[in-house]
Amino acid sequence: MIKKENFVLSIVKFAFREGAALTTPQASTEITAKTLAVVEAWREAEGPLLPILHGVQEEFGYIPNEALPVIANALNLSRADVYGVMSFYHDFRERPAGRHVLKLCQAESCQAMGSDAVAEKLRKLLGIDFNETAKDGSVTLEPVYCLGLCACSPSAMLDGEVIGRLDEGKVNEIVAEVRA
Amino acid sequence: MTVTIYVPRDSGALALGAEKVAKAIAEEIDKRKLDARIVRNGSRGLYWLEPMVEVETANGRIAYGPVGAKDAASLFDAGFLSGGAHPLSLGDPEKLPFLAKQTRLTFARVGIIDPVSLDDYRAHGGLAGLEKAVKLEPAAIVEQVTESGLRGRGGAGFPTGIKWKTVLDTPGEVKYIVCNADEGDSGTFSDRMIMEGDPFVLIEGMTIAAIAVGASKGYIYLRSEYPHAEKALNEALAAARKAGVLGTSVLGSHHAFDIEVRMGAGAYVCGEETSLLDSLEGKRGEVRAKPPLPAHKGLFGKPTVINNVISLASVPIILDKGATFYKDFGMGRSRGTIPIQIAGNAKYPGLFEAAFGLTLGEIVDEIGGGTANGRPVRAVQVGGPLGAYFPRALFDTPFDYEAFAAKDGLIGHAGVVVFDDTVDMLKQARFAMEFCAIESCGKCTPCRVGSVRGVETLDRIVRNIEPEKQVALVTDLCNTMKFGSLCALGGFTPYPVMSALKHFPEDFRPHPMQEAAE
Ligand SMILES: Cc1cc2nc3c(=O)[nH]c(=O)nc-3n(C[C@H](O)[C@H](O)[C@H](O)COP(=O)(O)O)c2cc1C
Ligand code: SF4
Ligand code: FES
Repeated sequence: MIKKENFVLSIVKFAFREGAALTTPQASTEITAKTLAVVEAWREAEGPLLPILHGVQEEFGYIPNEALPVIANALNLSRADVYGVMSFYHDFRERPAGRHVLKLCQAESCQAMGSDAVAEKLRKLLGIDFNETAKDGSVTLEPVYCLGLCACSPSAMLDGEVIGRLDEGKVNEIVAEVRA
Repeated sequence: MTVTIYVPRDSGALALGAEKVAKAIAEEIDKRKLDARIVRNGSRGLYWLEPMVEVETANGRIAYGPVGAKDAASLFDAGFLSGGAHPLSLGDPEKLPFLAKQTRLTFARVGIIDPVSLDDYRAHGGLAGLEKAVKLEPAAIVEQVTESGLRGRGGAGFPTGIKWKTVLDTPGEVKYIVCNADEGDSGTFSDRMIMEGDPFVLIEGMTIAAIAVGASKGYIYLRSEYPHAEKALNEALAAARKAGVLGTSVLGSHHAFDIEVRMGAGAYVCGEETSLLDSLEGKRGEVRAKPPLPAHKGLFGKPTVINNVISLASVPIILDKGATFYKDFGMGRSRGTIPIQIAGNAKYPGLFEAAFGLTLGEIVDEIGGGTANGRPVRAVQVGGPLGAYFPRALFDTPFDYEAFAAKDGLIGHAGVVVFDDTVDMLKQARFAMEFCAIESCGKCTPCRVGSVRGVETLDRIVRNIEPEKQVALVTDLCNTMKFGSLCALGGFTPYPVMSALKHFPEDFRPHPMQEAAE
C-alpha cells in the first residue's frame, strides 16, 4: 500500500505532465483536484472505474481530457484504457453538453405512439438534429432507446425529469423551458 | 385519525405529473388544516389511470384517476378523504377488472405499500421468505427454487435453481450475487416497477440467493435511465441495513451480506450477463465467450449468481409459500406467473401479472383493449427489440416459453408492444438492424458489419431498388448473423427482421403508390 499523500502527489505530477498542454495550468489544476476527490471517494471500491467516470461527469458535465491521466494513474491503467472504457458507453461525453439535455425515446413502444413525428417536430423547433447542441448552447438533443415509460409513450427525459405521453402541448412546453 | 393518501412515486406516474399532484394535495391539506398524510407508493400498473391517487378510508381504499394537479381542490370539496363521490372516482381499485383478473405474486405489494418502509413491507408479508431461509441449509433453499420451476425472467428462461446449484457447488471463498437491472428491452418496465414500488422484495430475494450459495456481497447493476429506481433502492438498502436485514448478521443469523447499487452507462449490450460483469469490473462492456460460465468464473473471476430483477423478486414468495404453491400456476415447462407489460399503442397499457398460458390475443385484445386510437391491431412485438413481430394470425399462441419458440418468437422479458394498421413493417425491420448496429459491442463481424449491411439493404427496398433481390440478401444476412454471432444481440436481431418479412411480405414489395396514398 502506498501512503495516501504520496499517492495524491504522484497523480498530481503525472496529471500535469499529461494535461498541461491542453488547458491553462490553473484550469488543469482545478480539474485535477476535483477528479482526485472523485477518485478518492471510490478508492476502496471494487471495480471503481464506472462510478468514477460518472462522478467526474457529474462534476464537470462531461469528462475533461485532463481527467483521464489522473484516473488512469490512480487505477494503474493506461490513459488509453480509460479512454477506451469511456468511449464505449453512450452516457459519457467528451465535450460539454448544452445547458439542458433532452433525451427522446426512439424505441419501439414509442414508435408505435408516434415518436417519429415528435422527434421531427422537436428537431424543427430547436433547429438541431439528434446528437447536436443548439448554437446558443441551450440544449443538446439525444436519442434514447427506452426509458421504461413504455406504458406512457412517447416519452422523454429533460435534465433527468421524466415526461410521458408527449403531445403538441408538452413539446411546446419543453421548447419554452429550454429556451428560457 | 390521520388519513393516508397515496400518490405514486413510480416514474410512469411522475412522467404524467404525479409530483405536481402530490404538491397540490399537500397544499390543500395545509390550507384546510386536515389531519392527513401523503405516502408515495409504487404504481398499480394501470397507466391509463395514472396519476392514480388512493385514499385509505374506513371502508378500504378508494382510487381516483387520472388525477391532475388542478383536480386537487375539487377532490377535497367532494370529501375524497372519506371516499366521496367525484367524476374521477374509480372505487375500490382491486375491483377494477384489470387488477381483479391478475394473479399478483411477485407484484403482491406493488402500489399498495410505502416502498421504502420496512415496517409496511413486514406488515404485508415481507421477510417471511428470508426468515425461513436463514433456518434452512443452503442446499434446501436451492432445492425449493429448483422445485418451483422458476426460470430466468431476463430473457433466456434458464432454470434459476440449477444456476444457483452450480454456484453452490463451486468452491470459493468469495462469491457474488449480481442483479441484472439493466432492463434494456423496449416495451418493458417490470423491473423498474419492482425497484420503485417494492425494492425490499428484490433485496430479500438477493439475500436468500446469497444464503443459498454462500455469497457475502451483492451488486445491483442498474441502468442509468432509471434515476428514480436508484433513489428508491438506496433508501430501501439504508433501511434494510439499519434494521439488520443486511449487514454482518442477516436477521440475527451467522450470514453476512450487503448490497451495492452500481449504475450502468447507457449500453444495451451491458444487459447481456458477461458484458454486464465486465462493465461492473470497470471495463468496456464486451461480451465474454462462454465457457467459463459466470457461475464458475463470474465477477472478478469468482463464482457468481447473475439473475434478472423479476427472477430474484419471485424467490421470497417461493420460500414463504413453498415450491408447490408457485409451481401450481402456469403451463407446460413455464411455471408460476409472469408480469406481462402491455405497451405501445394499447388502450390499457400497463403491467398484468398472470400465470403463464394466456393467449397473445387475450393479452392484446381483451386485457390491453386493442389500440389506444381504436384502429385495428396489425402487429405486436413480443420480447423487446430482439423479439419477433406477431401478426393477428398467431394470436392463439399461448404465453409460454416453448410455445413462442415454436412460432419463431420469444417471450424475452415479457414486453408486448402493440402496433396499429399504419405500421410500416419494412421500417420496423430496418430499425431492428439499425438498433443492432448502434448497440453492437463490436466483437463479432456478423453483428457489427452485418447489421450495417442490413440497414443498407433494407434502405434499397425503401428506394424500390430490386426489392426481391434485397429480400434474398437480407435473408442471407440474417442467417449469417444468427449462426455467427457470439451473443443474442447479433444472434436474435434476425427475429424481428425475419418475422416482419415472413408475416408481412406485402410491406417489402415494390410500392409505387405508397407515397401518393398518404
Ligand atoms: C443483448 C442482450 C441484452 C440483455 N439484456 C438483459 C437485461 O436488460 N436484463 C436482463 O435481466 N437480462 C438481459 N439479458 C439476458 C442476460 O444475458 C441473462 O440471461 C440474464 O441476466 C440471466 O438472468 P435470469 O436467468 O434471471 O433471466 C440480455 C441478453 C442479451 C444477449
Ligand atoms: S453478437 Fe454483437 S453484441 Fe454480441 S458479442 Fe457479437 S458483436 Fe458483441
Ligand atoms: S420504448 Fe420508449 S419508453 Fe420504452
